[in-house]
Amino acid sequence: MLLQFVFSGCTLGAAYILAALGFSMIYNASGVINLAQGEFIMIGGMSAAALSALGIALPMAIVAGVVIAALIGAAVERLAIAPTRKADTTSIIIITISVSMVLRGLTEIILGKENHSLPPFSGDQPIDFQGASILPQSLWVFALSAIIVVALAFFFGKTRFGKSMLATSHNRLAAQLVGVDVRKVMMSSFALSAAIGAVGGVALAPITTVAYDTGVMLGLKGFVAATLGGLGSGLGAVFGGLFLGLCEAFTAGYISSSYKDAVPFVLVFLVLTLRPQGIFGVKSADRV
Amino acid sequence: MMMLKVSDLTKVFGGVRAVDGVSFAVHQGTVQAVIGPNGAGKTTLFNLITGLYTPTAGSIEFLGAEISGLAANLLAARGMSRTFQNLQICMNLSALDNVLVGAHLQLNGSVLAGLFRWPGLAQTDRRLRARAADLMAFVGCGAYVRADAASMPYGALKRLEIARALMSEPKILFLDEPAAGLNHTETHEIEELVRQLADRGLTVVLVEHDMKMVMSVSDRILVLNYGRKLAEGAPVEVRNNRDVIAAYLGEEMVDG
Amino acid sequence: MSQLVSSTDIREWSGAPRMKGLTALGAVILLLPLVLPNAFYYDVVIRIAVNAIIAIGLNLLIGYTGQISLGHAGFLGIGAYGSAILTSRYGISSLPALCVTAAAVALLAWIVARPILRLKGHSLAMATLGLGIIVSIVLTNEAQLTGGPDGLSVDGFAIGRVAISGEKNWYWIFSAVLFLSVVLAQNLIDSPAGRAIQALHGSEIAASVVGVDVKSYKTSIFVLSAVFTSIVGSLYGHYSGFINPGVANFATSVELVTIVVVGGMASIWGSVIGAVLLGVLPQLLAGHEGWDTVIFGLVLGLSIIFMPRGIVPTLQGWFRERAR
Repeated sequence: MLLQFVFSGCTLGAAYILAALGFSMIYNASGVINLAQGEFIMIGGMSAAALSALGIALPMAIVAGVVIAALIGAAVERLAIAPTRKADTTSIIIITISVSMVLRGLTEIILGKENHSLPPFSGDQPIDFQGASILPQSLWVFALSAIIVVALAFFFGKTRFGKSMLATSHNRLAAQLVGVDVRKVMMSSFALSAAIGAVGGVALAPITTVAYDTGVMLGLKGFVAATLGGLGSGLGAVFGGLFLGLCEAFTAGYISSSYKDAVPFVLVFLVLTLRPQGIFGVKSADRV
Repeated sequence: MMMLKVSDLTKVFGGVRAVDGVSFAVHQGTVQAVIGPNGAGKTTLFNLITGLYTPTAGSIEFLGAEISGLAANLLAARGMSRTFQNLQICMNLSALDNVLVGAHLQLNGSVLAGLFRWPGLAQTDRRLRARAADLMAFVGCGAYVRADAASMPYGALKRLEIARALMSEPKILFLDEPAAGLNHTETHEIEELVRQLADRGLTVVLVEHDMKMVMSVSDRILVLNYGRKLAEGAPVEVRNNRDVIAAYLGEEMVDG
Repeated sequence: MSQLVSSTDIREWSGAPRMKGLTALGAVILLLPLVLPNAFYYDVVIRIAVNAIIAIGLNLLIGYTGQISLGHAGFLGIGAYGSAILTSRYGISSLPALCVTAAAVALLAWIVARPILRLKGHSLAMATLGLGIIVSIVLTNEAQLTGGPDGLSVDGFAIGRVAISGEKNWYWIFSAVLFLSVVLAQNLIDSPAGRAIQALHGSEIAASVVGVDVKSYKTSIFVLSAVFTSIVGSLYGHYSGFINPGVANFATSVELVTIVVVGGMASIWGSVIGAVLLGVLPQLLAGHEGWDTVIFGLVLGLSIIFMPRGIVPTLQGWFRERAR
């Protein structure tokens, strides 16, 4: 049974990694904690599911879902975040909460309250491995996560635009002075985060189904994963996501399935009290 | 009487020895200046003495008692007061309330007493408010007595902070760059203020870059460089000290 | 006496303006029953009062002291369930049960306050959010004790041997508690303790060097707001006769924060007005699935963007500008 829990833990973990990466990216680019990230994930899954139900071919529906989420991410940045950049942390958190409410409510109105599902990308026959079974869709989730992690590492490490994003996060003014289009960077960071989250949403949809309120818990857990690993750290997001997924799976398996949802919050409470900067994060100091 | 005695005080941040084995003493009723190039460790020294940082090594004695490592709010109770290089004004309060909070320890600060409107609270409050207004006039920002802190100009805020520090009737006052960012006239007024405070017998320790002010108002000067004590003595001695001149060489500093 | 301050200033410092507000509130409370047509409207008003009382306590924490909490509904849930379980399961009479529950909440709040109030900004938001959700999950899962997701019915409330029942009687209870909350909160804000907490919001460093024990005040206000919430939660459980774990969930916590933010941070009257506004709004949107979430979200978002200090402080600012 251990292996089974490892598999389900890793599947969950892979989804959490994508959510956590989204959080970290936006935090890095703008210092904003985007509590609407969960809704981006949900919108990806819901759009793809809705389009697929309308008869559109699966690959197109998937791509469309991700693109729609990206566009909404960019719109959120332009309309809700950019005008309020100078507000204090509490206010910005509240703004992102309000954005999540609007997005969630609109999805409920447009697509209703029911669960929606997406057909699995390549069949639904569980694969047996050493006494445990794993869905092919789970392998898709792993693969997509891994590809995105590698792609992001390349993007931030080697491409010009990626480096300009990092520069903006370190020192916005300095980046502007060397010619970085900060507005474009901000908007792109949101669009990219939304897209990454949406990939997770789309990949998970065949396994867990999506509904208008799926984003709430997913988003919060993604945030927890990012916090565990260290907000702003890509490595931290990967570690946090995987760790969280495994802890949840083991709790569900060995302790109690109904308390598995409490796991992220207990963990985050412990991390924040014992090591607030997360495992890979850096402690910040205030100058007096 | 020895008010403050600092022995071998050291503070290490990561690999940086911000303050390295500094020792000096401040006598009651004197004005002691701490000077040095930027990065010499002056503000770190202040933060160590006033309880905002914990020393890595060394000791600090205030009025004969060891205080190193004590939290800032406990030191306030022992008679310490300070101002800040980067203004620490409560912009969400009125000017008067900012000063009034300086008298916090003279009032009943209990939450329960506040909730149930303990008798006497209001009366003491009124008396201290009047005193706060007087202090604001004394330091030179009396015009803002009815203003909110957020609407005051920089120079007035610097004085407001001094008024707040004086509210607790401190035994020793630490001023961290009181003249920073002020023009000639304002600097001269601060100089006058420090002199008046010294005349009243208050022990003052100040960090300042304006050498004219330092030379004219101090009884003793401590010079720091790279976290270490470079020189200590009366203004005339320090001014002619070769090491001090060497440390400042190339910097526009002495203006007569 | 100082030459700089006038007798007008002295009178103002003695709290003359706040009497006007209290008189108005008192008048509204006394006159409202004359216009409320039936029990349904009493219920709406009572819910508004409940939210207002919690918001006042929460505002002391968020607005005045500057510490965000996204998990206060957890205390609401513990208050409601604590009283409910002690009265129905253990036969303890309602007033002592309420006090015991409030004491337990105070202890719990005190224990969690110490570690988490070291945090700031999003870390504090996350920690409080987590606590609220943990409470909500426990309430949902411990079905043996709490009735689980199906909820729990709550016995009636009695003060001594006098049983309180019916909307009209509860109206007076909740109005009295609201009035008292406003008075207590005003007292606190005007006191040295109130000044200390606002000072620490403005600059923790400045507050420490003048002698304010920052940690202690943050903890006290956290506990105080938790106790306010618990007491109201207990009363609400008895009033409504039935509670379910939804009372402690994240959405409720967000609703409470919305009231504080929209009504006015660091404004006691703002919390009252905010509760009225956000209590009346759902009545206008009743039955429109999804729209209530959207409208709430828009109200919250637009309010923070255009009136960052909230309705009442912004209006007060406008009036002061006009008066010049």
